[in-house]
Amino acid sequence: MGRKLLLENAHIEGIRYYDTYRKNGGYAAAEKALKSMGPEAVLEEVKKSGLRGRGGAGFPTGMKWSFIAKPEGVPRYLVCNADESEPGTFKDRYLMEFIPHLLIEGLLISSFTLGANACYIYIRGEYAWIPDILEQAIQEAKNNGWLGKNILGTGFDLEIYVQRGAGAYICGEETALIESLEGKRGNPRIKPPFPAVKGLWQCPTVVNNVETLAAVVPIIKYGGDEYIKLGTGKSTGTKLISACGNINKPGVYEIEMNISVEEFIFSDEYCGGIKNGKRLKACIPGGSSVPVLPANLLLKTAKGETRMMTYESLADGGFATGSMLGSGGFIVMDEDQCIVKNTLTFARFYHHESCGQCSPCREGTGWMEKVLKNIETGKGKMSDIDLLWDIQRKIEGNTICPLGDAAAWPVAAAIRHFRDEFEWHVKNPEEALRRNYGLAHYADPLPVPAAV
Amino acid sequence: MVQFSEEKLNKVKEIIARYPEGKQKSALIPVLHLAQESFGGWLSAETMDYVASLLQIKPIEVYEVATFYSMFNLKPVGKYLFEVCQTGPCMVSGSDNIIDYIKSKLGIDVGETTADGMFTLKTVECLGACGYAPMMQLGKHYREHLTPAKVDEIIAECRAKAN
Ligand SMILES: Cc1cc2nc3c(=O)[nH]c(=O)nc-3n(C[C@H](O)[C@H](O)[C@H](O)COP(=O)(O)O)c2cc1C
Ligand code: SF4
Ligand code: FES
Repeated sequence: MGRKLLLENAHIEGIRYYDTYRKNGGYAAAEKALKSMGPEAVLEEVKKSGLRGRGGAGFPTGMKWSFIAKPEGVPRYLVCNADESEPGTFKDRYLMEFIPHLLIEGLLISSFTLGANACYIYIRGEYAWIPDILEQAIQEAKNNGWLGKNILGTGFDLEIYVQRGAGAYICGEETALIESLEGKRGNPRIKPPFPAVKGLWQCPTVVNNVETLAAVVPIIKYGGDEYIKLGTGKSTGTKLISACGNINKPGVYEIEMNISVEEFIFSDEYCGGIKNGKRLKACIPGGSSVPVLPANLLLKTAKGETRMMTYESLADGGFATGSMLGSGGFIVMDEDQCIVKNTLTFARFYHHESCGQCSPCREGTGWMEKVLKNIETGKGKMSDIDLLWDIQRKIEGNTICPLGDAAAWPVAAAIRHFRDEFEWHVKNPEEALRRNYGLAHYADPLPVPAAV
Repeated sequence: MVQFSEEKLNKVKEIIARYPEGKQKSALIPVLHLAQESFGGWLSAETMDYVASLLQIKPIEVYEVATFYSMFNLKPVGKYLFEVCQTGPCMVSGSDNIIDYIKSKLGIDVGETTADGMFTLKTVECLGACGYAPMMQLGKHYREHLTPAKVDEIIAECRAKAN
């Protein structure tokens, strides 16, 4: 069994509450950080751990923290990104719902390191019951001297507040999130300036994902050197994967980043194989924004190597034959699923969620949805497939924020790998309304280029 | 007339106190949630103007925000709002069937409210419950692993609560 760091104590009855959390070693890392380490040493440890942002982009956390500006007399803020709206992703919810103190402890250590005296948890509005859980945990932490004034006698003050969003995926993008926290529409800002210089209320701000901030706790508890021993290469430590779709055991799993995709899908420790004895057709391994892969490219790379659950291996082959680990939203599709229809739901999603500031994104996402809908409902033309390709290419890279890219990539990957399924829809409009294309050749072993 | 109770006004004060001096506009989204809960599940122009006056901002600043976020209802909705997720992971797990079932059971289309004002059906995009699909939001909570039988139970439960 893989080692667990975040979910190590998740099975303990009552771990949601302070007393149980504390009895099981909780807040020991905070004590160590505040009393015996100090901010610089914590930052060094986080750098050493190789921790990368768990929100999707994988940016090194220690480096991000070292960028924060420190002008005299200006407050700094830590913002915890709990917007979690990328389709397929539901891991942060699990952490907050079941082990809220792990997050609170992570926020305390991180705020201390950054010198932030106020921290905001921005949580998606639909998770309407979770703020109560977090606020209770905050109150418990406060009652026990872990928040408030002069924490542990160190002179460090910290307040943590929970802010609910109100239904907008774009508010997961860090600058849109900041706008939303300021009480505005979630329109992303043009960067630079980056939040580390001018963020919340124009003050230096670090925005990190829930899982990233929680991971700081085991890093301080066990040390960066221990953390790096788990995982492989630049994929250090453990990662939460939220697995869904046509599998036997959907749910949230903590993996050491050294297992294969095949093991993750088929072993009983994780997804437990494909549901109803069906065959695997395709998978989107890192949330809806990352490229979909057919079964044959998912389990093995184009070079014929075993594909691993790591940042590097999932991205092996670039977008031509690879994908991304992204947010860890792992969406599995069986042989009965229709790639065109699935792509259509994502196009509709991005169209719905575009903030509308940039014309390529605002117009392009709507156009892609319309064209995909035509193909799906038997009204498509062959030229529509090339049109889709053309639209997505014109969105990518031409927008203020990466939502444009996130909308373009799933469409591009679907056409790249499943073009014949799209063509079949166009050529057989009536049949395509009655049945799906099926597995076709998508699981057949690919010819492996001879080694040179 | 829209007017928060004493208790809710204290809550508003508590929310404003989370931000630095002069940044009370940050309280807008939390206060709009409070207003929607308190005044019939939607935000009328009167409600929004009231929120603007409480936060000392212009009404237009409130409209701008209320129209941006999908959780704010700008029209009256039924007593029970079924928000069924239809994005990829839910779709591959059978959300279309659930939506069709609710439609036929309640005799309404997506976006409509039953004649007795009890139920509104809305489709929404991924709510972060993809592993427990199909699912919907009902008030503050999620209803997960939906089946037609579960939908029947939920409808009966709502009817019982309303009586
Ligand atoms: C459209 C869009 C949506 C995003 N949604 C989220 C989200 O829900 N949660 C999250 O942590 N990061 C999200 N991000 C990434 C954030 O902008 C930011 O990179 C992240 O919060 C940084 O935290 P990390 O370094 O700990 O990953 C999103 C980015 C984009 C462009
Ligand atoms: S890319 Fe889309 S979501 Fe991002 S700023 Fe432009 S219009 Fe808004
Ligand atoms: S797709 Fe329905 S909850 Fe995520």
